[in-house]
Amino acid sequence: MPVKRADKTPMPVREANLRAHDFEEVNEGYCFAHAMFEAERCLRCQDPVCIDGCPVRVPIADFMHAVAAGDMPKAAELLRTANPLAAICGRVCPQEAQCEANCHMTKRFGPVAIGHLERYVSDWEMEQPINDEVAKPWRDEKIAIVGSGPSGLVCAGELARMGYTVTVFEALHAPGGVLRYGIPEFRLPNSILDWEIQSLERLGVEFVNNVIIGKTLKLEQLFGEMGYKAIFIGTGAGLPKFMGIPGESLNGVYSANEFLTRINLMQAFDFPRSETPLSVGKRVAVIGSGNTAMDAVRSALRLGAEHAMVVYRRSENEMTARIEEYEHAIEEGVEFHWLTNPIEVLGEDGWVTGLKCLRMELGEPDESGRARPVPIEGSEFIFPVDNVVLSIGTRPNPLLHKATPELKTHSWGGLLVDERQVETTVHRVYAGGDAVTGAATVILAAGAGKRAAEAIHADLSVDREKSATN
Amino acid sequence: MVKIVEKRQLTPITKLYRVYAPLIAKAARAGQFVIVRVREGGERIPLTITDYDRDSGLLTIVVQEVGATTRRLGELQQGEEILDMVGPLGEAPDIPSGGHIVGVGGGYGSAALLCLMRELKDRGENTTIIMGAREKDLLILSDELNEICDHVEICTDDGSAGFKGFVTERLQQMIDGGPPGPPDYVIAIGPMAMMRAVEKTTRAAGIANAASLDPLMIDGTGMCGGCRVTVGGETRFACVDGPFFDAHEVDFDEAVSRSKMYVKQEQKAAACQRSAAGAA
Ligand SMILES: Cc1cc2nc3c(=O)[nH]c(=O)nc-3n(C[C@H](O)[C@H](O)[C@H](O)COP(=O)(O)OP(=O)(O)OC[C@H]3O[C@@H](n4cnc5c(N)ncnc54)[C@H](O)[C@@H]3O)c2cc1C
Ligand SMILES: Cc1cc2nc3c(=O)[nH]c(=O)nc-3n(C[C@H](O)[C@H](O)[C@H](O)COP(=O)(O)OP(=O)(O)OC[C@H]3O[C@@H](n4cnc5c(N)ncnc54)[C@H](O)[C@@H]3O)c2cc1C
Ligand code: SF4
Ligand code: SF4
Ligand code: FES
Repeated sequence: MPVKRADKTPMPVREANLRAHDFEEVNEGYCFAHAMFEAERCLRCQDPVCIDGCPVRVPIADFMHAVAAGDMPKAAELLRTANPLAAICGRVCPQEAQCEANCHMTKRFGPVAIGHLERYVSDWEMEQPINDEVAKPWRDEKIAIVGSGPSGLVCAGELARMGYTVTVFEALHAPGGVLRYGIPEFRLPNSILDWEIQSLERLGVEFVNNVIIGKTLKLEQLFGEMGYKAIFIGTGAGLPKFMGIPGESLNGVYSANEFLTRINLMQAFDFPRSETPLSVGKRVAVIGSGNTAMDAVRSALRLGAEHAMVVYRRSENEMTARIEEYEHAIEEGVEFHWLTNPIEVLGEDGWVTGLKCLRMELGEPDESGRARPVPIEGSEFIFPVDNVVLSIGTRPNPLLHKATPELKTHSWGGLLVDERQVETTVHRVYAGGDAVTGAATVILAAGAGKRAAEAIHADLSVDREKSATN
Repeated sequence: MVKIVEKRQLTPITKLYRVYAPLIAKAARAGQFVIVRVREGGERIPLTITDYDRDSGLLTIVVQEVGATTRRLGELQQGEEILDMVGPLGEAPDIPSGGHIVGVGGGYGSAALLCLMRELKDRGENTTIIMGAREKDLLILSDELNEICDHVEICTDDGSAGFKGFVTERLQQMIDGGPPGPPDYVIAIGPMAMMRAVEKTTRAAGIANAASLDPLMIDGTGMCGGCRVTVGGETRFACVDGPFFDAHEVDFDEAVSRSKMYVKQEQKAAACQRSAAGAA
């Protein structure tokens, strides 16, 4: 029987003042008893509206039923079929704005912990013995994937399952996209990502790092001499925005991308054993309020900042980060300065010394529907800081479409796609994830990769029939 | 992994490598660069494509040892492999045709000018290279450059070869009408201090001048913004918008200051490397 009258089972976490000094995962994961209890909280609704909140429509009620019955293989199977990156999404999905927001339990007792249970089941799955035989593709067609972020990984996996020969080309020296270089290990350990990538390799997917499509190889070479029949572009939205305020080029000012890449991809936390340096002073101000800002500020704390601060021109209500990360950041001692707008980075001898800001108040709603922050006159003041990390958003990288003029984009840089939301303006070139939508979420990118794989299969099947009848 | 097919020691601290990197060699254009990583946990560092051969798939790079990563690279021998190499990165410079084109190279810069000067020569330009070094033994690739440039002007600080003095002094002589004649377009590659001095010289004479900026880089794809430089008052990313910029528009003060961001940490990395070598 479902246990209706209980609150959401809290996720066990490592103690805040311990975890704020290392990069080990913060959440410890449910134990078996937690998982059983929590799965029992699900009402298995006739109208499981939770599913409508999930971009890939995980069959949540059936999944909960399997967990509650202790049938982990079935739960894992249900989950994987809908969401090939379940171990990752269980950890990083903004559940409170998606599946869990819709849950019938949310109003009275708190939602069923859908994310935590997805994590539990995928972690169980990762512990099962694996068959390390590598699958052989059984179709003739080769497909190229550009970029190894979640959209590319999912697209590659789905196509490999359908029997295609799949190659993933990645610009960096390690695959994973933002999952590798952006999201820190205290939220998403590399071992999880590595496991996902190894499972793709067992499906027969080939990973080729250090190749930039548009530079090392052009799209027409992939189609021509290399013989690929379709290409999926999942190049993300990695180009950092700067604010355009004075002082942004001072030493000690980073884009969040650079700050996090030095830490995650290049392991600057292990300097000098790993050779990429990073400068983290005693006072670090991170500008912005999204997941990236939370990751940067909590990383700064872990690298020894005594005052790790978030500075944001809007209020707490307009913050876009996952609620769990915000709560963890507060527990760890991150300082939040809401309604504070940076207008200049101050420096001495080429190095940052301060951040000049204005206090703001909320005015009428703006075009985004959020209350517009307006400066309070005469409220100018200075934070003394050693580092400023800009986390005010990113745009799709123009590198590939600059090299491929036939690849059309919106004025803001997102790739144009057809009414199916998959094919670009170039025949048999598909795209998905942040490259199409602008910076979004892991699960939306994963969903786009899956949709593209289905479309590629459908389109190539048509091509195949055509050439057979000719 | 990229295999080292040939290694040549050019000076005590400068090494030339020919490596098998067919995809990069095929796509490369003069003036572009690669990013390499020498070992797990190592830094990613940019290096100019000194030369490429599309048929054999060989790429030439010249490395001057200045710190931990370049030294580690310098230890690699023929037959060994470089862990990661990605490229070609950056844009080939757009150098106007006609007139007297002068390349000014210091440090690894003379090597970095090699295939660019050859391309200009093949285009039928009148070319000169001014190459500078502290002393004769530190000059690199002067024979190769001799073959492809109309004029090679050598400058050494101590006068052990060619002109005694800085490249800028020699450049000034040419601007003033000395042989081989005044430049119409100057391309500078080398230490920031040299490129800045060259810019000062060409500015006074009103001569167009491109400089190949070498800020610190990580990804080389426009993702981190670490390589940003201010050019004409605007923020540009050297890895994708450069590395060549109009030298007269570059904020050199800022570029120099940014290139020294990690001096303390770099010393630490070098010390750590030395003690590890000592322990081994
Ligand atoms: C710090 C940070 C934290 C985040 N936290 C969350 C979170 O908690 N929850 C959530 O849902 N979302 C989060 N996001 C957003 C999420 O990570 C992205 O929406 C998602 O990763 C987008 O996936 P993608 O497949 O479109 O591309 P990306 O993950 O951006 O990957 C693109 C890959 O393509 C490669 N590439 C680019 N151009 C080329 C080329 N020309 N040739 C070859 N390779 C190329 C890049 O190197 C990169 O590896 C976060 C983002 C950041 C930056
Ligand atoms: C586009 C580009 C092309 C380049 N081409 C070449 C090349 O063909 N051959 C070559 O030998 N080098 C080249 N460089 C410079 C090379 O990347 C640096 O020398 C290297 O990154 C230093 O790494 P390190 O760990 O050995 O030294 P570090 O320990 O990082 O630095 C030691 C000292 O060297 C100086 N230094 C560090 N990085 C740079 C840099 N990017 N530019 C100039 N000085 C620096 C600093 O003053 C520092 O104190 C190029 C740089 C760029 C951006
Ligand atoms: S994939 Fe994300 S949105 Fe969908 S059910 Fe799982 S946690 Fe919720
Ligand atoms: S809405 Fe909530 S309670 Fe109902 S099936 Fe979905 S998770 Fe279970
Ligand atoms: S090196 Fe990262 S943006 Fe240029």
